[in-house]
Parts: sequence; structure tokens; C-alpha cells
Amino acid sequence: MSTRLTRAGRLIDPTRPLEFRFNGKRLRGFAGDTLASALLANDQMLVGRSFKYHRPRGIVASGAEEPNALVNMGAEGRFEPNQRATTTELFDGLSATSQNHWPSLEYDIGAINTHLARFLPAGFYYKMFIHPRPFWKHVYEPFIRQSAGLGRAPKARDADRYEHFYAHVDLLIIGGGVAGLQAALTAGRAGRRVLVIEQTPHWGGRAPVDGGEIDGQPTEAWIGDALAALSEMANVTLRNRTMGAGIYDHGYALGYERVSDHAPDGGDAPRHRLWRIRARHILSATGAIERPLSFAGNDLPGVMLAAAMRDYLVDYGVSPGDRTVVVTNNDDAYRTAIALKEAGLEVPVIADARDHATGPLAERARGMGIRVETGMGIAAVKGGKRVTGVALCAQAGEGAAREYVACDAVAMSGGWSPVVHFWSHCGGKLTWDRAGAMFRPDADHPPTGQDGLPMVTAAGAANGAMMLDACMADAVAQARLATIAAGGKARKTAPPEVECAAEQAIEPVWIMPQGAPIEARSKMWLDFQNDVKVSDVQLAAREGYESVEHTKRYTTLGMATDQGKLSNINGLAVLSDALNAEIPATGTTTFRPPYTPISLASLGGEAHGELFQPIRKTPIHDWGDANGADWEPVGLWRRAYAYPRDGETVEQAVAREVTNTRENLGLLDASTLGKIIVQGPDAGRFLDMLYTNMMSTLKPGRCRYGLMCSENGFLIDDGVVARIDDQTFLCHTTTGGAERIHGHMEEWLQTEWWDWKVYTANVTEQFAQIAVVGPNARKLLEKLGGMDVSPEALPFMAWADGQIGGFDIRAYRISFSGELSYEIAVPASQGRAFWDALMTAGQEFGVMAYGTEALHIMRAEKGFIMIGDETDGTVIPQDLGLDWAISRKKDDYLGKRAQVRSFMANPERWKLVGLETLDGSVLPDGIYAVGQGRNANGQANVIGRVTSTYHSPTLNKGIAMGLIQRGPERMGEVVEFARTDGGRIPARIVSPVFLDPEGERQNV
Amino acid sequence: MSDIPASALNAARYAGYVTVAEMGPQGMITIRGNLRSTRFRKAVADATGLTCPKQRRIERKGDIALAWMSPDELMVMCPHADAPALAGAVMAALEGMHSLVQVMSDARAMFSISGADAREVLAKLAPVDLSPDAFGPGDLRRTRLAQIAAAFWMEDTEEFRLICFRSVAGYAYGVLTNAARPGGEVGYF
Repeated sequence: MSTRLTRAGRLIDPTRPLEFRFNGKRLRGFAGDTLASALLANDQMLVGRSFKYHRPRGIVASGAEEPNALVNMGAEGRFEPNQRATTTELFDGLSATSQNHWPSLEYDIGAINTHLARFLPAGFYYKMFIHPRPFWKHVYEPFIRQSAGLGRAPKARDADRYEHFYAHVDLLIIGGGVAGLQAALTAGRAGRRVLVIEQTPHWGGRAPVDGGEIDGQPTEAWIGDALAALSEMANVTLRNRTMGAGIYDHGYALGYERVSDHAPDGGDAPRHRLWRIRARHILSATGAIERPLSFAGNDLPGVMLAAAMRDYLVDYGVSPGDRTVVVTNNDDAYRTAIALKEAGLEVPVIADARDHATGPLAERARGMGIRVETGMGIAAVKGGKRVTGVALCAQAGEGAAREYVACDAVAMSGGWSPVVHFWSHCGGKLTWDRAGAMFRPDADHPPTGQDGLPMVTAAGAANGAMMLDACMADAVAQARLATIAAGGKARKTAPPEVECAAEQAIEPVWIMPQGAPIEARSKMWLDFQNDVKVSDVQLAAREGYESVEHTKRYTTLGMATDQGKLSNINGLAVLSDALNAEIPATGTTTFRPPYTPISLASLGGEAHGELFQPIRKTPIHDWGDANGADWEPVGLWRRAYAYPRDGETVEQAVAREVTNTRENLGLLDASTLGKIIVQGPDAGRFLDMLYTNMMSTLKPGRCRYGLMCSENGFLIDDGVVARIDDQTFLCHTTTGGAERIHGHMEEWLQTEWWDWKVYTANVTEQFAQIAVVGPNARKLLEKLGGMDVSPEALPFMAWADGQIGGFDIRAYRISFSGELSYEIAVPASQGRAFWDALMTAGQEFGVMAYGTEALHIMRAEKGFIMIGDETDGTVIPQDLGLDWAISRKKDDYLGKRAQVRSFMANPERWKLVGLETLDGSVLPDGIYAVGQGRNANGQANVIGRVTSTYHSPTLNKGIAMGLIQRGPERMGEVVEFARTDGGRIPARIVSPVFLDPEGERQNV
Repeated sequence: MSDIPASALNAARYAGYVTVAEMGPQGMITIRGNLRSTRFRKAVADATGLTCPKQRRIERKGDIALAWMSPDELMVMCPHADAPALAGAVMAALEGMHSLVQVMSDARAMFSISGADAREVLAKLAPVDLSPDAFGPGDLRRTRLAQIAAAFWMEDTEEFRLICFRSVAGYAYGVLTNAARPGGEVGYF
């Protein structure tokens, strides 16, 4: 059984016991524990079930590479699935449950799948669920969805907060092991701005567990000195609990800081902080990950990585078993055997697959009385929910058991793989190191930055320098290069003195034993989480999968949440063997960020709830809030759709607002309309190019409606232009168009007509603009007084500066409703006060605010187009009968050439008309008009569509505008519109101007 | 006319581990012109009493400041009531030079972000190098504040001023105060 030893672990504080729950069971751990070490200390070997076969699974690793120990953490707003127990720090009150089992972890129905394993081979889903086709949607997919996925999705809203943080440094060091700290010392002394991030709470990596001496002192003491020296450097920042998540182009990197995961009740701290780092250079000192060995039953709870077992022993004082068999192909696992023996635990045998073991570590183990069997491997692990023993066999044979050894744990080591992720994220290439049996960074093919120079340097074990002496020597050498790359100066220095045991070379072992039969190979797990076995990869190879990327997707090897950290190299080695290819010829799958999964909420940062998106508010917004505005989004603006009063529906409010404006007086908050000043000697010439009509002839004091097209001829915006003085125009744009059109203007000025003397300024937000509309509009302004607003002084399409009611204003006599209308601009700081003054003074004239829907209805009654309704990016002004707004006198304007192309000039184009149903009902929005016959696909031919459709309160019937093929030539014809239910609605083609075609209402 | 011009948030204030305050009405004048022209720079200097700022810098004397905004744009800051007259003076000084002068006081909101950790609060929201050796008093950046456009500069070693469009003042205040909430201290600078 696994248990806590009396000898305390290096990282735990036995004076601070903590209580936690696992599947409801109350358990105890200590401050400093991970959830994994605490579970092991409580003999909780079984922690989950595998994905496909629901096999019992135990903890196999001690860090980010853990594939099995994934748990549901917390509850309600803090519930989160798939949390790795090995990287979850224990806190008091932690509550976790295991995943992927029913009804319970111990008795799981899905485990039946393990007996069906031969019917669930690689590519099972692809093979099984192809036929019959309709079954996919109705039978297979719902079934697969039900059984897919490990943890449960959270249901409650996330209770925590998250944030981003931008850091700019000369050198980012990922990994706070001895190599990373050594590099930080070098770069820090060179005066570089250095940020060191380390994913665990502890510094120094695994060096203190593995032993050895640096500069004549134990590694732990050296680490303490290094940290003390670094903390003295103002230019060096150390962040623990911060994982390197990814490296991107231009020296951009993401760090994932788990600020309060370990102390969730520690006040109002964010849970995670995403570090968005710009670094001149990046040094990857991310160490290495141990590989499992592939022998039958290597997935049983109790089989662990040898180094992980050593970590639990040394760091947490936890023994995974009383009797541990060690199986290895390298010397490092001997350290585990020695550590176990020193802790007073039994190691009945070390099975070493190599034909001899004569290194100092092997000799030391023998000297301690540990039996070492060379040329041996494991034929099978015995046990159900935990290990009870192993059958030993010759590695060279087919697995005939030589001997049965009873044990309750197995420590395995298949060698080490450098963590090359950060070298690879931006395209660094790898080289196969035959002697070390590992892929390591290829120094000749580093990831390069925008200057073509290397942007990442790998150092230490991450660079394939595995032994402590080689690791420190490499760290010193690479730190110098990285410091120089980060803009600093660094001389060559001698590496520190290092004492560590020499190691005999590894002997690659990809299948144990070498000639294992199919029964054994189908019990050798490569990917523990996704249940991919040696036999699956071999089957894929036989079925023709040669590319490692294809094999990955076919078998799901490495597609689990651990992203193949344990399985990748073993899997591709098995594939290479099956294909009779060299390992480097097979290559690896692609290393992509993030290094381990990070929370989506951290990517969102502060953008949730109220801060999800900016909301633009006009100076009059608060009045709308206080007066029941029904808001609608228009771009990022909120505009009042209508202002329902007590008991009114929104529709009733809209009808009331239209009628009141047509009969009395309406006020519209038009502040969102874009306003752009265009000024300079060439301003008129510039606007002549931007608008389809002539603007340079406009007289100061006058307004003109204009259309803007893209160079492809399509309408992009419209609005009224006012000429302020000889060299100054004010261009109104649509609400959504202000920034876009300002950018459009600047682009043409900066890239094409850079020598024209024109400046622009977007003054949209400088002014609040209020439309005073209706028969009583003039009466209201005259009551407030201050300037002459008579038809003589301020005729239709004129503007004037002046005062009204003591406010400095500019009044534009323009109308989008067809009524007598003044749009009045005041500085935004006076906007609310002016609105209130109009409201108060307007009471006697029946003033009411109206919203955007009333605006839309009134403009539709008048046949005025709306950008975005009548246009959709494929409509030209000629389609809308706006030929009158296209100047024939101008040599050129943006869109002119496009509009004479044959397709644009085609008389068959759909053109704007008005539409009225025969019974006065309202046409559905967007509905299509159908013509004669059917097209090549058997669909009814369409001859047009509705672009705007409303119930007109003024005319008390449905009115619509639409684009109809040769529409204006077909006045009076009845066309049919096709409903989605198959029915048809007849409607008559009429003029789009439904009300006051002579314009008598506005010209008063 | 209302005697008291209304700013977007009526001088809202929040004291977190850094203090965030909307500064009320503020005069602002946009000037566009050829910043490389000595004549232009001198005219602006004469009208404002300030030297023309270098790229990404702001000059201040009393309650008037002159900020670099882009290679062809400057901004004058002054008391709200003085903006129209000062704009007129600048326009007069630039007579005969191709330029644009526009009062923009009400188009924007201005915030003060102050405290020993003020840098940190902005570094949560803007992709700018805010370390003391890269950004100090008088430095200015036009950048992004979370999802909106903004400009900020350092008034002194513990205070930043930030401007954004008036319509998004509420959002700016929201993200700034959220970033300044106690518990979110980073301890980086």
C-alpha cells in the first residue's frame, strides 16, 4: 500500500495538517502536498478510469505530464473538470471527485469495454459508424457524444476573476530549474531585464531530488544561494506558479500564472493571470520528462515512472508501496531503487533490460544488497485495481515468464525526453540523438525571429544535456548566447564545479519483451488517457498509416489532455519499427501551444460580465435609461429602439412615436451619427472623389446628401455633407460608419493622394446631436429663441450657427423623416442639458422622444434607403434609383469605373421598388420573390427580395421596399413571395415613396 | 446653456490599490499640420507658450499641456472654458499654413490613475512597456486599453493621465477600477 513515511518530505510542513475530500471521503494531507501526493499518502491508488475501456488508473507521474489523475475540482461557480492532481496544490477544504466512471470509481459498468477491447481497435469509430448513413445523425452521434469526454462541463457561471498582464523583457527564461537559474544569473549580471517563470511553486526543478553537488555544495544549497543572488538584482523577476504556455512570432510568449488556485479563499485575488510577454530573446530551460516502458499491464495502478516515485518519496515523504520492482533501460532508475532502500523500503529486484549494468549507480545498488537482473524485463503485471506482482522474462525473448515476483508497486523508466515544446512552437527543428535515445533541439535549425536570427535558446536537460555536470555546462554556455541575443554582453566563463554520478549509456527499449506476442502487445499502453496500445499503432501501420500525424489522429495517440507528453516518443518509435523506418524518418507530431491546457477564462481576462465588451453611450443615454428605453445595439453603441410607457408593448410605443412625430413633435438622439471634418485647399476635390455626386460646388451654409462607394462600385455609406467654409466640410456618416469612413478617408489620403492638402478629424463625439422633428418643430425652437429658424433664414438643406435657449448650437435643416426637421448639434458636455431644455419647453407642443424603429418606419414611408438594409455590399447606387446622386460631370470618383462594367450596367439587375401586399399585411423581412420556372438545382427561380418591411402607423398598412428584377419597369405588377412553409404572398410593385412624394411636409 | 459642462462620469472616483478618478471637464484642442516644419512648430509654441513635444512626449506648463499624438497631430490641453479662445489663437498663429484646428474637449474623457503601483494597473490593460526605464514622466503613448483606443502619459512618477472617447468612458472606468481592485497586486515593477 502507499502511505506517508515518518521521515518528512522536503516540501511538506508536517506541522500544518489539511483536510480535503476525495469522492466525498474525508482525507488528510499537509501543507506543501499536491493533491496527488496527499491521495497517495492516504493509499488512494485508484484515482480514475481511462477514456475508452474505463480501466482502473492510478497516478503515474508527479508533474504536468500526468495522464491519469484528472479530477473534477470544486463545486458550483468554482467547479472545473480535468484538473491534474499532480499539479494541484492541496489546500484546506479542497474537494475533488474522480471522472469517467458510473456508478462509482470502484465499480464501473463501462469497464466491460476492456473485455470488448478486441472489438474496439484503432479507427473503431471510423470503421463502425459509416453505414448506414442516416444512423450517424440519429443513433451513433448521440451515443458517442454521451460517452465522450472525461469530466463534466461546468454549469454555473465562473465565480472567479481573471486578468492579463503585459511584460516587456530582454530575456524570458522558461523553467526555474538549476539551468534556468544559472541562465538568470548570467543574464542578470549582464544587466538584462530578465523574467524567469516556473510552473511549480518551487525553484530548482528536480535537482534536489536527484542529488549531486554544484560548486562544492548540495544542489539545494546552491539553489538557495542562486535565489538569494537573483532577488538582489532589480532587473530580474522570478515568478513561480507561472507556466510557459506558448511562444509565438516576434518574441511574443504567454505565461499562465495560477495566482490563487492554491488559496481559493485568500481574498479578492484573480484566479489566473495571463502574462503576455514580449521578449527580445527566450531561453527554454524546461527540463525533461521520463518515458514509460511498454510492457503488458503497464497501466495498472501502482505502476509509476521511476523518477515520479522518487519525487513522492523525497519531496512528500510518501511511499507508493512497500515492495517495489524497478524496471529500466538506463541508470537513472537506480536512483529510485537506492532512495527506496534508504527509506527502509523493499526493492526485491531491479530488472534492467540492458545486457549489463556496471555503472557506479548500479554498483552502489548492488552494494546495498539490491538484486539486479540484467537482460530482463517484465512479461506481465499482475493485479486488478492495483499491482500485486510481476512476471519477469528475458528482454530478448517472447515473454516466457522466468519468475514471479510479488510486489505492490512498479517503478519504470524508459529514458528521458527533453521538453522541446518551446523550441518547437515557432518552428525549431529537432535532431534524433541516437546515443541518448531522444529528440533534442537541433542547434543548426533554431526557431528564427523577424530578423532571421534565433529567437529561442534551449539550455540544460531541455537541450538534451541530461547529467547534472553536462546540464550546468550547457546552461552556462547557452546563457551566454542568450544574453548576447538579448542585447547584453557576456564573456565566456567556466561552468561551475559539479559532482554527480557517471551513468552508463541507455539502451532503447520500445517493446518489452522485444518479441512480445499480440496478447501482450494489446495490453501495453502507450497513451494511458486515451487507451492507445502498442497493438493499435501497429494495426494502423498495417492499414497503411505511414505519417505520424495521420496515425495520431487515427488511433488518438497523444490527443488526450496531456497531449502525448508520455506517449509521443514511445508511439512513434513503435510506428517506426512497424514501418521498418528509422525514428528520425518518422519524426514527431507537431508541438503546439499551450504546453498544458490553460483556462479559457484566463484568455478572456477581464472581458466578462459588465466588461465583456465596451458599450458606447451618448451624452443623453442616462435619460433613456431613466425613461424606459428599450435598447438595441448599433455597432458598439446602444440606441433606444423605442421608449415604451406604462403598459405599452414595444410595438405600441413605436406606433405612438411615429404618429406623434408626424402630428406633433418628436425628439431623436442622433448623437451616434458620424461627423468628420474634412479641411484644406484640396478638400472639395477630395470629396468629389469620395462621393458619387459633386461636393466641391456646394455653397458654404448649405447641405447636400451624398453617396460613398468602394472602388468596386458598391455603396458603403451615405449621409449629409455640410459646407462650413471655403476649405471646410463636415461629413455626416451612418452610426456604424464613422470610424470606418474616417479610416477610409485617411487611407486614400495617406496612400494614394498623399500630396493633396487635406486634413480630417473625427468629431463624432464632440457633439451631441438632437433631431427636432414634426409640424411643431419650429414652434419649439422659436419658443426657446436665440436665432432665426424661419424658412427664409434657414431653408431646407441649409445650416446655421447660433444660439437656441442660450446654448451654442449648429442647426442643420435636414430631414430623414419627411417632416419639418432640424438636427441640432451642441457640445457633448451640454447635450443632456439641451435635451432637457427641449423636453421641458416642448411639453406644450406634445413633444415625445422617439427611437430608432420609429426613425426607420418614417424613412421607409418616405422611401429613403438605409445602408445595411437596402445595401448589403453588393448593391450599387443605380440599383436603388439614386442615379440623380451620381454626377455625370466628374471625370472620376471612387467606384465610377466599376459601375460601367457590363455586369453592373445589366438591365436585369434587381432594382429598388416599393411593395404592398394585396391585403395590407406586413411582408416578412428578407423574403424572396419567385419568378417562372426552376433553376438547374430544381429550385424556384428568384427575382428579388424584400429589404425593409414595416407596418406603417401613418398609412395603417404594411409597406415594404425590395430589390426586384427590372423592378421600376414593372410598376403595378403583382409578384409572389415565397414563405418558408411553401405558401405564397402576392404583393404589388409600387413607388417606394409611400408618403408625401412632393415633399410638402418638410418644406414648410 | 448650462453653466456647468457635464463630463462623461461626473468626476467618479475609486480608491483601490491604485486610485482611479475621472477628471471632469477638460479643454482639448486637436491640431493637425506639418510637425517637421520649423515655422509650424514655432507658431504652435508661440500660441501655447510651450515647446513642441518630441515623438511620444508631452510638455506641460501650469494648466496648459501640449502632447504629441501622431507624426502630423498635436493636442493642446487647457481649462475647459479656455479651449475656444485658445483654439482661435492657435488658428490665428497658423494662418496661411495648411492645418486643422478643432476644439475636441467634449469628445473625450480624462482619467487620473495614481499611486505607487499605477504602472501595474495600466500594464494589465495596455500592451506597452511600462517599466520605469522605458516609460517615465512626460512620456506618452497612444495605444489600446483592453478593447478601446486610448492615450496615456505620465504626469509624475506616481500618476498617469489617460484619455479615451467620451462614449466609452464607462468602459474605461470599469476596466481601470477592476484592474485596481485590491487582491490583484502583481508586484512586477
